[in-house]
Amino acid sequence: MAERILMKGNEAIAEAAIRAGCRHYFGYPITPQTEIAAYMAKRMPKIGGVFLQAESEIASINMVYGAAAAGMRVMTSSSSPGISLKQEGLSYIAGSDVPALVVNVQRGGPGLGGIQPSQSDYFQATKGGGHGDYRTIVLAPASVQEMASLTIKGFDLADKYLMTAMILADGTIGQMMEPITFEDAEIKTYDKPWALTGTEGKRKHNIVNSLYLKPDELEKKNFERFEKYAEIEKCEAMWEDYMMEDAEICVVAFGIASRVAKNAVAAARSEGIKVGLIRPITLWPFPNKAFEAAENVKAFISVELSMGQMIEDVRLATGCRKPVTLCNRTGGMIPSPDEILEAIRNAGKGV
Amino acid sequence: MAIVFEKPKSLTDAPFHYCPGCPHGIIHRLVAEVIDELGIDGKTIGVAPVGCAVMAYDYFTCDMIEAAHGRAPAVATGIKRCRPENVVFTYQGDGDLASIGMAETVHSAARNENITVIFVNNAIYGMTGGQMAPTSLPGQVTQTSPYGRDVNHCGWPIRVSEMLATLEGPEYVARVAVNNVKNVRNAKKAIKKAFENQIAGKGFSLVEVVSACPTNWGMTPKAALEWVESDMLPYYPIGVYKDRSAQEAK
Amino acid sequence: MKTTQILIAGFGGQGILFSGKFLAYKGLTEELQVSWLPSYGPEMRGGTANCNVILSDTPVGSPIITTPDVLIAMNLPSLQKYVDSVSAGGQIYVDSSLIDAKVERDDVEVFYIPATQLAKDEGIGTLANMVIVGHLLEKHPELSFDGVEAVIEKLVPPKKAALKELNMKALMLGKTYGN
Repeated sequence: MAERILMKGNEAIAEAAIRAGCRHYFGYPITPQTEIAAYMAKRMPKIGGVFLQAESEIASINMVYGAAAAGMRVMTSSSSPGISLKQEGLSYIAGSDVPALVVNVQRGGPGLGGIQPSQSDYFQATKGGGHGDYRTIVLAPASVQEMASLTIKGFDLADKYLMTAMILADGTIGQMMEPITFEDAEIKTYDKPWALTGTEGKRKHNIVNSLYLKPDELEKKNFERFEKYAEIEKCEAMWEDYMMEDAEICVVAFGIASRVAKNAVAAARSEGIKVGLIRPITLWPFPNKAFEAAENVKAFISVELSMGQMIEDVRLATGCRKPVTLCNRTGGMIPSPDEILEAIRNAGKGV
Repeated sequence: MAIVFEKPKSLTDAPFHYCPGCPHGIIHRLVAEVIDELGIDGKTIGVAPVGCAVMAYDYFTCDMIEAAHGRAPAVATGIKRCRPENVVFTYQGDGDLASIGMAETVHSAARNENITVIFVNNAIYGMTGGQMAPTSLPGQVTQTSPYGRDVNHCGWPIRVSEMLATLEGPEYVARVAVNNVKNVRNAKKAIKKAFENQIAGKGFSLVEVVSACPTNWGMTPKAALEWVESDMLPYYPIGVYKDRSAQEAK
Repeated sequence: MKTTQILIAGFGGQGILFSGKFLAYKGLTEELQVSWLPSYGPEMRGGTANCNVILSDTPVGSPIITTPDVLIAMNLPSLQKYVDSVSAGGQIYVDSSLIDAKVERDDVEVFYIPATQLAKDEGIGTLANMVIVGHLLEKHPELSFDGVEAVIEKLVPPKKAALKELNMKALMLGKTYGN
């Protein structure tokens, strides 16, 4: 078995990206994700890769766009305010159907907000962010090990479906260290006949473009893209069930919130409350199937580091037939296990 | 029968969508001729802007990508850093390069990014219908400066070539014009040098092409070319503003 | 299930994060589940720093410690801030050369170690953190001093080999203090 090493979540993302074959990173410093850039700056030159600190988040995402169009596995990373700046590029990447990996180690907002952990970019990540009809695959790691495995998965999904995969982490998972093992993951590679390589006089020119001045053509393109999205919704949803077998109350939480929620669920179980946890690992596609299976659950609690964003998807997943309450902190605060336990007890009273 | 004139191989058969009398066609042709003459059509990748040249990807036979407004140098950077063996150029207008994309322009120049930038300065936003550009002249009437550009209100036009020449980074910065045959010939020489510099690995080369926009200037094509000579070129003088290799050779 | 939650708090520059890392690596070498979570951001620059370390024989849930089993306080504001959060039956380690105050709780075990003074006397003034860690490993029922050399070996880069010996010295100072 591979050796267990201690690593920061941010560093695990960077190392996993390199192992996934990423040799091009373009970024701009922002707390609390700068370790990713620092790691890349150190490693890339030694393995024949490129690390480039761009003049802005806007430039960095457009460098990603260019590199992706050139057929490379490429990534950028940032934190909330920087991700807002990248939305323009994300929309162009979506409209041009090129693959990229984008990491958001979230901090509190809106505006400059704070630098402490948050999950308040859920809407931005899962509902679009930039302009136009498009989707982003959103992966939500809850451990340092998952920071690595979902990074590798993210590159694969991006290449497979020719779109952006986003790692939606938060300051806690980014900054914390946990043991991690790098198994020799099988890295799939994909043919990219559409890539900009130069025609070498052997083929018609490739054009990477998101402009369609004829509305019927743009509509057709959007329809096609949404057929692809439907396929992703069908095949790629991931989640973890925790103590769900006989659960009557279900906590829904992702990322760091799910870690705290697990403590609360365990504590509530010791009080005899039949409670479980659904942890979405993909936020888009949202794991609706997990909720279909939870038909015995009488009440749901959405635990979030935001004013309640995922709760809307939880309500949709339950067909609005079950009560869904919110247990949340925001602005960089994290709920304590006791706060969640109290929410579980309250939900239990209604059951 | 000898062929005395033909379309460059590096241009597709798609007819240009440009307005009558617009010099974009000339500038496209100069770029295509240079690509042909250097024999690099098979390894060239072009980056189209947002602006009148937005559909340049339909006109060049090389691989092309469409960038967001102002971001062409960043996109070109991404491509060139991945594929240093390819030849990467951007083709940008004044709003794209000197307004919304100024940061990308300055920083790609400062990095001496090994790309070629063709910068078309016609002192107006063409595609959106004739608004004030960062290079519109003092007093110039546009849709968004209907009483003439008031420099006390909205500032002075930017001389991009002079500004970039102050940077250590770039290899080559030159301003040319396409308002008469002689200037067109010289413009081609500068564009060729800008591509040759990239092939030789010398770095960032920008050619500012002072152009005309008869439609949005509200002039006949002929009057527009005369206005380039009488009003544009005094503010934007033709010349080589930076040529590091030539300076070092001295 | 045995889980030890250790909160280390003090000024930036006192090696708070390093001592946390040491404990996390120690747990790693003992095949435990561990998590290490630092405070981050501008408060790190000369202000207060703290670090959450959890060692457990089962997977770690939340890495955020709200009721520490062990508090290491390296300055007065940290002691004041966290003293009441320590779980009943827990332990508090106080650098008594920097903190005059006494802990006014009788449901916790308190160790006063003049760590900064002890370290200074030995010419290793910056390693007060490791003096306290040495004492903690000696006194805590779930932790042990065994194997510290291997952890130091792992944590101190080869370029700074001289620091290995000094860290060992600091750990030993803490281990033997009060004997």
